[in-house]
Amino acid sequence: MSDTVQPQRQEMEADIVCVGFGPATGGFLTTLSRALMNEDGTPLTESKVMPGMPPQVICYERADDIGFGVSGIVTKGRSIRESFPDLDLAQMPMAHEVTEERVAYLLDPVGASRRSAPVKVADAALKFVARNHAVELPWIPDFLQKHDGMVLSMGQFNQWVGTQIMGSGLAQIWPGTPVAEPLLNGRAVEGVRLVDQGVDKQGNPDAGYMPGMDVKAALTVVGDGPVGAVGQHLDRELGLPEGNHQREWAIGMKMVVQLPEDCELKPGTVLHTLGYPEPEIFGFLYVYPDMSASLGIFVPSWFDNPVRTAYRYMQHWMMHPYLWKHLEGGTLRSWGAKSLQESGMQGEPFLAGDGFARIGEGSGSTNVLTGSGVDEAWATGVQLAEAVIELMREAKPYTKENLEAAYVQRRKKSWVGKEAEQAAKARDGFTTGFIPGMLGMALSGITRGGVNMPSRSRKPWERIPRIEDYFKGVVSEQELMQLRKECQAKGASLHDALMNKAGWPEVPLDGKLLVSHQDALLMGGKVVANPGYADHVTFADSYSCSVCTEQVCTEICSGQAISINPEGGAPLFDREKCVHCGACLWNCSKPHPEDDEHTNVRFGAGSGGLHSAEN
Amino acid sequence: MSNEFHIVVCGSIVPDPLQTLEPVQGAQGPELKNEMMLPAVLDPWAGHALYEAADLAVKNPGSKVWLVSLGPKAKLQQVMMNIAQKVPFELVCADGSASGFTDSFEVAKVLAQSIEGIQGMDKSKLLVFGGWQSASRGSCAVMQMVGEMLGISEQFQGVDKLTAGGGGALEIMERIEGGAYQVSVCTGTPAVLGWATGELPEPPNNPQVGMQNMRLVMPALQQAKPANVQGSSLTFQSVELPQQRRETRVVKDMPVDDMAREIAEWLNS
Repeated sequence: MSDTVQPQRQEMEADIVCVGFGPATGGFLTTLSRALMNEDGTPLTESKVMPGMPPQVICYERADDIGFGVSGIVTKGRSIRESFPDLDLAQMPMAHEVTEERVAYLLDPVGASRRSAPVKVADAALKFVARNHAVELPWIPDFLQKHDGMVLSMGQFNQWVGTQIMGSGLAQIWPGTPVAEPLLNGRAVEGVRLVDQGVDKQGNPDAGYMPGMDVKAALTVVGDGPVGAVGQHLDRELGLPEGNHQREWAIGMKMVVQLPEDCELKPGTVLHTLGYPEPEIFGFLYVYPDMSASLGIFVPSWFDNPVRTAYRYMQHWMMHPYLWKHLEGGTLRSWGAKSLQESGMQGEPFLAGDGFARIGEGSGSTNVLTGSGVDEAWATGVQLAEAVIELMREAKPYTKENLEAAYVQRRKKSWVGKEAEQAAKARDGFTTGFIPGMLGMALSGITRGGVNMPSRSRKPWERIPRIEDYFKGVVSEQELMQLRKECQAKGASLHDALMNKAGWPEVPLDGKLLVSHQDALLMGGKVVANPGYADHVTFADSYSCSVCTEQVCTEICSGQAISINPEGGAPLFDREKCVHCGACLWNCSKPHPEDDEHTNVRFGAGSGGLHSAEN
Repeated sequence: MSNEFHIVVCGSIVPDPLQTLEPVQGAQGPELKNEMMLPAVLDPWAGHALYEAADLAVKNPGSKVWLVSLGPKAKLQQVMMNIAQKVPFELVCADGSASGFTDSFEVAKVLAQSIEGIQGMDKSKLLVFGGWQSASRGSCAVMQMVGEMLGISEQFQGVDKLTAGGGGALEIMERIEGGAYQVSVCTGTPAVLGWATGELPEPPNNPQVGMQNMRLVMPALQQAKPANVQGSSLTFQSVELPQQRRETRVVKDMPVDDMAREIAEWLNS
């Protein structure tokens, strides 16, 4: 037994502690910090922890910089513009007004895409009017239009907002500080616990051990996104409101590309695609003012391929003739990935409780009909700030009752709440297929949520078929056994081998834009992991992993951080490659042993990840 | 018996080392493309100096640490959100370019003036710390010039260890040529130390330290005066990055000999 005295866990007090700095917390802190001081220089209310001072507001962000968020954004920006009435996009890097919108259906130019019979019939009819193997929609439905909106880079937007908040001196934002969990007392939250530092991979004390500090606060604002540790913890402990579920997800993978000099795309151009590389995969391309573009794809949880990979599909998508004519000769500047909570309002958790409130994507704010999340997230942050200001003025405590009345009701009655309600079931059709999904979107959109496509929701792990079944007719069981053996010996995932078998051509790497997955990590994501933190991806039951023949987690992993263990058992996790997208959380074919609503993968609070501020 | 030191650390920001840098010609001379968009970190050389300063201050009660930074204050603010959680210090900020294309003499002048202007700093207790080099400039000249401008003749460069004796004497271990060390004893302050890597790891984030620092960091940034580092005495013939070719392959547990052979073959090809 070691006789070394371990340091004690320290405690600190604040008035409000926020978890995660994204657009929701940006909206919250922007609104709150403007109101904390009265015009006469007196505080709106006195800090309970530092009498005489304005309330002490702290925000902890997991990533190493507040600009390391991932998302290419096109948004109407209604709420953002309300917060910044004089917003001049020219003052923000990588921001521009939307100038042009197009939606294109992409045909399959290589013949490898897995298309159902009705899709093939549609393709056969459309090929006569297609140009560059694509058909642009002659009209974009109102609910999908982003006219009068803006394209933004999440990283640059967060930097811009964060700098102003910090400049006010009325809130502190601390990046590089993952929060492990909420401090729960029954169903009340009393603050947060930061992660331990100076620990080994398993979390055991090591050199420089410092237990994560407990930061106690009267109000904890949870805005840590869809895979954030605090939000996940609350959902596990408190459950979700009756009838709600968080079963629909997507992984968004993107690049920022310096477009070739002769590219004809104009700044502010917004392209959305559907139909290719697989019908279930959607794409986007937004052009920034410096002739760079944010582009990428979404791979949803209802794409039932058990060897899902976003990276290789993104390369095939970029090489589609409709896009390649703009991209050929371009250079990769940045790369990243993130999970998106696609259940929308159906995935809404308890939005408030004693001592806490939920905002942003993790609170189910994304509108799944319009595909809009950033503005809605910002709006929920603003609404919570308005509620908090009201409670401060009335000297009311942050109880569930008071937060329900001041925040939750405000949110429900706002455009965010009303539109979320209309959109709630818009994507249900996709749970049964691409065509019912598209019809369902149209129905919900046109009837404003009045009529929706019926569906049967399934847990993410329940959807994933056996590889043998999915690739029946493409590879024999014997061939698959052989491929598995070869891949396991190399610790490689199966998707490349199986995509090759399915007819996908090899990607001609050019070292500039078409680069290997590992190069994307290094050249685009600049991924790094700080020493002294525990692994944040763990497997609840290693026996389940040892008998798992899909190991979807290794296939989907955006950074190839999870790999097959050549010796069998649970996959290996390499924290130095993790981009913290959280895809492993929902890409697992085995249920959690104690909670079958979740998978066998646990995704906790971790340090490091992307070091790119352009995403 | 402990000593009281007034330790001033000179250090600013450099682009995050993982970023892709591209020199371009700007209105004032060469600059980095998208420099204000690139994430930045505290210059690692200055970081070592800062952590050594904080450690020395802890071991010598009554000591105080200032961080004097010449850099664009918007970017400095972002970096302070990380650094301020590490160790206690008081920030003194001069608002100007932190680019590696600035003139060493002009940078030294701004830093020396900023140090002279620190309220409450006692020059007889002064230790000026900084990076022996910088990640944005390898001139090894700035700290020496700062010392000269402050009239400090006791100067040590490439320092890896400092031990403060009871009577105020400083034992300093410097790197010298040939991979050897030189140990000198200096009778006391003031002195200038350009640090190599030192011996301390990066401290963990401590939120209490962050809260304490930030109360002074924000006012310091707001009060930062513009610094003149226009480089009027400096011209650049050309600026270019070393050529690079990347071929990434991730291999675990490869024998060292095989790795060396493969690298040699790759270089020879």
